[in-house]
Amino acid sequence: MPDVLLLSRIQFAVTIMYHFLFVPLTLGLVLLVAIMETLYARTKDDLYRRMADFWGKLFVINFALGVVTGITMEFQFGTNWSEYSKFMGDIFGAPLAIEALVAFFLESTFIGIWIFGRERFPKLRALSMWMVALGTTLSSLWIITANGFMQNPVGYTLVDGRVHLENFWAVLFNPYVWYMLVHTLIGSYIVGSFFVLGVSAYHLLRRQHVEFFHRSFKLALALALFATVMAPLSGHLAGLNAAKVQPAKAAAFESIWESGEAQPFFLLAVPSLKNDGNIIEWGKIPYLGSLLTTNSPTGYVKGLGDIPADERPPVWIVFWSFRLMVGLGLFFLAVAGYAWWRERKGTLLEARGLLKALPYFIPLPYVAINLGWVVTEVGRQPWIVYGLMKTADAVSPISIGDIVFSLVGLVVFYTSLIIADVYLLVKHAKAGPEVAASPGEPPAKAPKAPAGRPQEA
Amino acid sequence: MLSYDALSVLWFILWAVLWIVYFTLDGYTLGVGILFPFLRKNEREEAQLQEVVGPFWNGNEVWLITAGGATFAAFPLVYAEMFSTLYVPLFLILFGLFYRATGLEFMSKGSGRFWKASWTFAFFGGSLAVALLLGVAFANMFYGLAFDRTMNAVTLASLLNPYGILGGLLFVAFAVLSGSLWTAHKVSGPLHDRARSVAGWAWFVVLGLHGLFLSATANRTTILDNYNAYPILYVVPALALLLLLLVRFFYARGRLLWSFLMTSGAIALTTATGFIGMFPRMLISRLDPAASITLYEARASELTLSIMLFVAVIFVPIVIGYQLWAYRLFRAKIRPEEAKGYR
Repeated sequence: MPDVLLLSRIQFAVTIMYHFLFVPLTLGLVLLVAIMETLYARTKDDLYRRMADFWGKLFVINFALGVVTGITMEFQFGTNWSEYSKFMGDIFGAPLAIEALVAFFLESTFIGIWIFGRERFPKLRALSMWMVALGTTLSSLWIITANGFMQNPVGYTLVDGRVHLENFWAVLFNPYVWYMLVHTLIGSYIVGSFFVLGVSAYHLLRRQHVEFFHRSFKLALALALFATVMAPLSGHLAGLNAAKVQPAKAAAFESIWESGEAQPFFLLAVPSLKNDGNIIEWGKIPYLGSLLTTNSPTGYVKGLGDIPADERPPVWIVFWSFRLMVGLGLFFLAVAGYAWWRERKGTLLEARGLLKALPYFIPLPYVAINLGWVVTEVGRQPWIVYGLMKTADAVSPISIGDIVFSLVGLVVFYTSLIIADVYLLVKHAKAGPEVAASPGEPPAKAPKAPAGRPQEA
Repeated sequence: MLSYDALSVLWFILWAVLWIVYFTLDGYTLGVGILFPFLRKNEREEAQLQEVVGPFWNGNEVWLITAGGATFAAFPLVYAEMFSTLYVPLFLILFGLFYRATGLEFMSKGSGRFWKASWTFAFFGGSLAVALLLGVAFANMFYGLAFDRTMNAVTLASLLNPYGILGGLLFVAFAVLSGSLWTAHKVSGPLHDRARSVAGWAWFVVLGLHGLFLSATANRTTILDNYNAYPILYVVPALALLLLLLVRFFYARGRLLWSFLMTSGAIALTTATGFIGMFPRMLISRLDPAASITLYEARASELTLSIMLFVAVIFVPIVIGYQLWAYRLFRAKIRPEEAKGYR
């Protein structure tokens, strides 16, 4: 039943990509808010408290959607991929359960304490935000542990045609997991820091709350610089590791079709839609293909031509996603570098072009990090568990009607939620910090007097 | 060390406990959602009601995610069959959970009456749908699902049998009782009085539906087989009934926290009554008893169960510890003049 398969795959792609619109901002922004809280606790400078309140509010709006879209993921393996769940349950279920127990409880309990307790128990502000940060980061570790097994199965035996856990530590210390985890976290820091840079730039351009947003900008810039430098490095290492265990995926990165040593790199390559070669190869740079894939200019790369056609991923998707992701990553590095240069010269506030552009760059890291996951997941195809189970064999025996119902419902409801989320983020980001004190003015007492319910600012 | 069979039985118990804790905790959250449009009279009371569940709802919902994850880890076959056979109802529950959460958090963050009205309705409708459908789904789990050895999908219509609907109504009533008592305990001002009077009549509804549900369970399901084999087990439903009576006892004396705790206990024991009757079956087929799935067929490997037990023994107490701490932190009465809610 190819239609159920296709629709299930579309549904999975839709739900995971919607979910991953919220996760990276959660991972990146929480770090910045937690740092603001620590700076406030250390310096008692009220500006840091107001920064944490403002960015924390945006964090909370985003976090709610991350939670909501995450629940679907927890159940979707059972609803739509029941054959996969039966095959993989012994290994795949444990990280998911541990993620809930170790990470979700932590972040959801402490975000509640932060939201409702930050005025009543100011001493708990930094602690609760760091606990949320710890929770979100642990969550990424466990879910990537689960995904790492799908990429590079280790620590298992096959019993009665099902995967059985043999060595838990091998599953957890799967190298694939740690390369992916670091690269994902760094990508999320780019999302988070560019979000703060963009919103800050919007206000700096209008010369409002200058001290507030300049300080936010500098904090985010430090993270952006670190993350944009680390992204290509961590990505390169992750790619080398993928090349070792998933030759088809690695060959698809650069669309290399003929096996051999000393592979060149083509500035422009266009893989055919028939998945059998490149239509165009132009701008040859000798040795670079091998260097990127194996870290050695003369390294051997297995070409896609030597991989059976039914075991090749759809090369053009992987190839273009990979190129675009890498291009965006280099672009982020340039933007962060330029902003840093202007900041160092002390002319950031005059860099009107940069300040004007930065808000429009906010979506780009989201695109890049989702492309990274497209490379990872589509690059693994046709396997759902690399070398062990094909995606086509994993789907639930459900009816077309059921899946059409769920897919339409998910798309409609998620879209309504995203519209609401973006509306709220834009509204609150544009409104600026709650206590509208211009720099130099003593900050007013934070919460508005209860006379008349605080109408939303 | 435990034998594989003992370990599997222990995991069946833990699996049931996770679902029971979820039902008990989210019961009051869902109840507040169902009552929200009827209890609040102004924005201050909206803020009060938001604070009644605000610090806790997310942590409560994680019990559901943990129950789902533990089903996957400990009983992969049940995870695969339960959620693919209950496909449509499960998605309806998920849609309800989307809107319950965003309704609560978003209603006061936007501007305009349309915004407020839409998200208020989302909070109410989502909560009602989740409570009703969870009740229907689990009543059917106890009753037996309409699947055979081909593991055909169970249609929503087949779940809407009288017993299932009765289970749904019972859980909605329990949620309303629990939510109104929790609200009455947490807040002061006119909202307190209103919530308190809701609890007064909700109790009668719960008592009536509870009686009907227990007698239907005795007449229509195979749940009592285990009880008849081991009559000592009748203690559990008897205790559920006793706690339900104590709800009234404490309510009449104005001890609302105790009344709430007794309600929680009654929810927990009523759910436990069903799980005890299922043992060792985890998915009961009402078409073909031989197609039922038992914990022995569904269990994960001994190593996975051992590791998961180890993780649970360490982390469940930690989680309960900081969740209780959060309840203690926010133990102060929420007064109308101080409540801020989600802003």
